Amino acid sequence: MERKDYERLRWRCIRRALLELDITLTRFLDDGFSSLDEVQQQAFVALADLEDYDLWDLITGKAEIDDPVMSEVVAMLRKSRVRLAE
Amino acid sequence: MSIPVLKFDAVIVGAGGAGLRSAIQLSEAGLKTAVLSKVFPTRSHTVAAQGGVAASLGNSEEDHWTWHMYDTVKGSDWLGDQDAIEFMCRKANEVVVELEHYGMPFDRTDDGKIYQRPFGGHMSNFGEKPVRRSCAAADRTGHAMLHAMYQRNVKANTQFFVEWMALDLIRDEEGHVIGVTAMEMETGQVVIFHSRATIFATGGAGRIYYSSTNAFINTGDGLGMAARAGIPLEDMEFWQFHPTGVAGAGVLITEGVRGEGGILRNSSKERFMERYAPNAKDLASRDVVSRAMATEIKEGRGCGVNKDYVLLDITHLDPATIMKRLPGIHEIGIQFAGVDCLKEPLPVVPTCHYQMGGIPTHYSGRVVVPQNGDFNTVVPGFYAGGECACASVHGANRLGTNSLLDLLVFGKSAGDSAVEDLKAGKAHRDLPKDAADKALARIAAIDNRKGGANVHETRLAMQRTMQDHAGVFRFGDMLKQGVEKILEVEKAARQLEIKDKSMAWNTARSEALEMENLIEVAKATMISAEARKESRGAHVRDDAPDTEEFPNGRNDKEWLKHTLFSPVDNSITYKPVNLQPLTVETVALKTRSY
Repeated sequence: MERKDYERLRWRCIRRALLELDITLTRFLDDGFSSLDEVQQQAFVALADLEDYDLWDLITGKAEIDDPVMSEVVAMLRKSRVRLAE
Repeated sequence: MSIPVLKFDAVIVGAGGAGLRSAIQLSEAGLKTAVLSKVFPTRSHTVAAQGGVAASLGNSEEDHWTWHMYDTVKGSDWLGDQDAIEFMCRKANEVVVELEHYGMPFDRTDDGKIYQRPFGGHMSNFGEKPVRRSCAAADRTGHAMLHAMYQRNVKANTQFFVEWMALDLIRDEEGHVIGVTAMEMETGQVVIFHSRATIFATGGAGRIYYSSTNAFINTGDGLGMAARAGIPLEDMEFWQFHPTGVAGAGVLITEGVRGEGGILRNSSKERFMERYAPNAKDLASRDVVSRAMATEIKEGRGCGVNKDYVLLDITHLDPATIMKRLPGIHEIGIQFAGVDCLKEPLPVVPTCHYQMGGIPTHYSGRVVVPQNGDFNTVVPGFYAGGECACASVHGANRLGTNSLLDLLVFGKSAGDSAVEDLKAGKAHRDLPKDAADKALARIAAIDNRKGGANVHETRLAMQRTMQDHAGVFRFGDMLKQGVEKILEVEKAARQLEIKDKSMAWNTARSEALEMENLIEVAKATMISAEARKESRGAHVRDDAPDTEEFPNGRNDKEWLKHTLFSPVDNSITYKPVNLQPLTVETVALKTRSY
């Protein structure tokens, strides 16, 4: 991903409406994002564009998403939480 | 350097609840209105407000605005201005009904009225018993509110500048506010917004604290800009705290955890609440628990490397009960503390939640400053509403659900006042030649500095200083040291350096600019808190205890007055509290107890 696109994404991850997402997405950008392939990165961009509560519901498992790649990235976000916690 | 100039009747900085509500008034009055926001409007922090909005609609039981007014004055520990409080409580029904007409999906009663629920501190008949006054849209009131108001603005042709960061106020030689400089983040281009009215609705600055429930966006940009333009900041020592936020992260842990049997422990694993509240123990009231936690930490019995948190232990509870009754807690522990709370205690700390002080305003939303003995001299062309402003309705302590009411009432009021002033024929005043110089110089200094201070480290130093020295329970010696420390941090904050020099989407630069705003708020808070030698509302000092002469440590003889911190020379003056409501009798001073 080009610098400009990454920095735009970064801003949209570190300045959310909900503190929970600020923390979760900032951590993922610093820790897990670089391991994503291009398609997964685009799925993450789309996830980051979701409304805050919709994204938080996906991350906490209260909601599911049909798109298989987005679903895969959500699973990584969830997994990333546990791994970071250990 | 030639800077582009965009001309509007009104420019509003901030697209949360107060900004959007102001914009509706201006755009619907046919005025050309710009709204600047660091993020897409529905990502403003108003989204996080869940509780509801207070209005004495009386849909579920008898209620009256005078009762709401009484509760708000009492909640404020008598520091709120009673004219502003009357204004807000009387306007509440009107702004809630308007919101409903904008399409806000309020919860409803079976007969179709707006459903109302009780909320802490809201009572009927002047403090007699709890009343159902909060109007909500499930637990997403702020979110629904922003959507309804954003749509209304789209309809009214408000022009949004999304992912733009306002940099500095522009004032002319006579002190009139005539716009702002702002940076388009996508290009790094600085632009002048030349306006006839400038409205700040930039929210709070809760990120000055290490532990804060506020989203990262709450960096006090409006307060920083006002301070740099020589506007004093009012009552900045008053911050509302919640006793149990996850240490470091700030995410709230519900009081229900203690209700289910959670125990607070210090570094020796001692159940310290037994010493502070032998009967209620861990279930004592919020302020008692917060003070006990702060005392344990101050006296060196905190946990962790920095000894700066205590532990909330639920490991003795049945895991099945925890998972059933406290479903979110396990997840919060893992996500934000790295702790499995079924096996280990959670690190917690009293956590900053809401800023009661701010830019001094009249209840009309006009910004006012002291001048020639008049404390309420209007700054022409400048208005503010919401958490960044201090009208003052929350005084020393805010009641739940009054924050959403504040942003609706004073957002609207600021918009109405601007419309009134502009319809009176106020023309665009000439831009000074150096209108953008201050902002450009700040950016150039950050971009070009070598060997300066790191933004992240400076922010952390500020947050730790604020948390340790001006937290929920305050100690005279700690506040004195805190003033010295924060002035040291300020030196670093004036010398920030960034590695990325790019023009487009330079988030490092944006964070550095935010840091320059945060430090103004932190400094104002520390110096104002050190100066106020009493306890009142959320400002509680160890050296101003509860005595017969001064119940709860409140000293009305000397301290029934608003603090005005001058950022020009770090000095403090005081202005009287307005105890005279608009049409009713004064709510007389008495001890605040529930």
